[in-house]
Amino acid sequence: MTDYSDSFINDDLYRQIIIDHYNRPHNHCRLPHASHSLEGENASCGDHIELDLLIENGIIKDVGFGGEGCSIFTASASILTDMIKGKTVSEAAELAKAFKARLSAHTNPKIAQTAEDIDLGELEALDGVRDYPVRIKCALLSWETLLQTIGPEPEEAEDESEI
Amino acid sequence: MYDEELFAKIREDFPVLKQKVNGRPLTYLDSAASAQQPEPVIEEVCSFLRTSYANIHRGLYDLSENSTRLYDEARQTVADFIGVRDTPTVIFTRNTTESLNLIAYTYGEANIEEGDSIALPVLEHHSNLVVWQQLALRKKAILRWIEIKPDGTLDLDSLDKALSFKPKILAFAWVSNVFGTINPVQEIVRRARASGPVTIVLDGAQGVPHLKTDLKELGVDFFAFSGHKMLGPTGIGCLWGRRRLLEKMPAFLFGGSMISSVKREKSSWDVLPNKFEAGTPNISGAIGLAAACRYLSKIGMDQVRAHDQALMSYAIDRLNDVEGAEILGPLDVTERCGALSFYFKGLHPHDIATVLAKEGVCVRAGHHCCQPLMRDIGMKGTTRASFYVYNNFEDIDRLAEALGQVGKIFPESPCSPGCAGNRLKVMVQSGHHLLGPVCCSSGCCQNDCSDMPSSRALGNTMDSCSPTLRAGRPEPIDLTNIKITPLNK
Repeated sequence: MTDYSDSFINDDLYRQIIIDHYNRPHNHCRLPHASHSLEGENASCGDHIELDLLIENGIIKDVGFGGEGCSIFTASASILTDMIKGKTVSEAAELAKAFKARLSAHTNPKIAQTAEDIDLGELEALDGVRDYPVRIKCALLSWETLLQTIGPEPEEAEDESEI
Repeated sequence: MYDEELFAKIREDFPVLKQKVNGRPLTYLDSAASAQQPEPVIEEVCSFLRTSYANIHRGLYDLSENSTRLYDEARQTVADFIGVRDTPTVIFTRNTTESLNLIAYTYGEANIEEGDSIALPVLEHHSNLVVWQQLALRKKAILRWIEIKPDGTLDLDSLDKALSFKPKILAFAWVSNVFGTINPVQEIVRRARASGPVTIVLDGAQGVPHLKTDLKELGVDFFAFSGHKMLGPTGIGCLWGRRRLLEKMPAFLFGGSMISSVKREKSSWDVLPNKFEAGTPNISGAIGLAAACRYLSKIGMDQVRAHDQALMSYAIDRLNDVEGAEILGPLDVTERCGALSFYFKGLHPHDIATVLAKEGVCVRAGHHCCQPLMRDIGMKGTTRASFYVYNNFEDIDRLAEALGQVGKIFPESPCSPGCAGNRLKVMVQSGHHLLGPVCCSSGCCQNDCSDMPSSRALGNTMDSCSPTLRAGRPEPIDLTNIKITPLNK
């Protein structure tokens, strides 16, 4: 795998790893043999995803996505497909939740802490998104769609629902 | 005739523009969304609040009488500004959206019946589209769409076709908030009147800030605009309507101020304008809007227009020199004002706007509340720079330079030598879906093109995914069944 540690070009948001995934998204195609498919959309910016999964015996055997959007959306979805392939459904869900928590670190540090022991791999390159509140939903669209596709467990009461 | 020095002084009136962003001057190019307010407008509102504020109409003390007088004078100033002599037909609302909703919920509810037609351009902002769509749904009426030509101007043949259905309402915008196109209002009104009885609603939100407004000349029946796009405060806008229509229409919101008498069983409504101004209005907003009208009048709307044309012309030249930038809409500055939309290298507009923001350049990116239009032109959105009296040529230089930064962060794609110039100008249509700017030809796709926006877009149409594409070596894409539509012609 390419070492990206030094290739952070002049911007904390658009790191090289994000640009690379954007230019060359992995698994960017529909799966004709998918067992699960779901569409997701960010109405305000037009990011659109069609996420296909092949799940057998609780394991995500294959994953692909269609749709288009900005670089942050595309890179995040591309990394998603790399990371969840071969994982169990519950491992994938844990990863999705951990990533959501990491991006909410500025607004919700308590939730962010709970995710610290999960390895987020290339997703850490998207940390810069935390400084751009309107772009967080671009990074999360594929993950939110994943959570919906694999049947989200009822959300635990999050702090934001408290008054 | 264009007094460039005057506008250098005008810029000094806008305190917000004196700040820096990341060490660079704030370059505000988003006035089509909302304009900044000059010191005289801010001062007028503040001074009113400091010395003269009270509720209007019913107070039997000097402060209230004075406040009422200032509110009435504000209406007179606005009426003068838009060429209306019958001042009570100018109704204060929150904004254009509320004005248009008012028409739909009163005039529309009372006059539209099942099977009736309502004509409107696909170009419309959601505020002048969703209100009519929802009215049509409530009444089982039919929307007759007026299409646009590829250069962003209204297709007048399509207008005639829509008019042939004898619509009861024709609604359209004076100026497009996406393309900046100025619609030929008088020609449209002439054709509409010739087609039969029709009530014409003009959305003036993007027109009033830039063009001299004379409702006698425009010849429409209803007119809506917002204060905050013309140097005034937010939360104040106007509806103008012909008196005979306003008087016949049912009231919109019910409550205090709009009644003449209230009994247990029924009520009757006050005369214009009170009939349509229920509750305590935005008094200081009206004072601010009047101050904005005076400020613009003092500059002179001819000068405002000349300045916009100078900036627009310069911006078109500068963007034409930026590699990868493609301007949408007519290039003739007499046909447009205010807004300049473009794409850049096929990138998502939010990526462009984010990079520009770091350079202190504020633009709008996305669908601009025009999703049906975006779908028609096959785009998720555009990047839009919009100009007003306080902008100068340096602002446009900074926009062009900041676009250079975008090019550095998103360097050319690997197959750019083959298609960078062309992929932005064509759209691929497959079935009913326009798929956006894509790779121009199968020629460049024989290169390693799997990473291009083109193949991404085309990937959407594939029922299955070929193993070669998945491996990153695409098969040449068969374009025989795909219609290629040049975008600019």
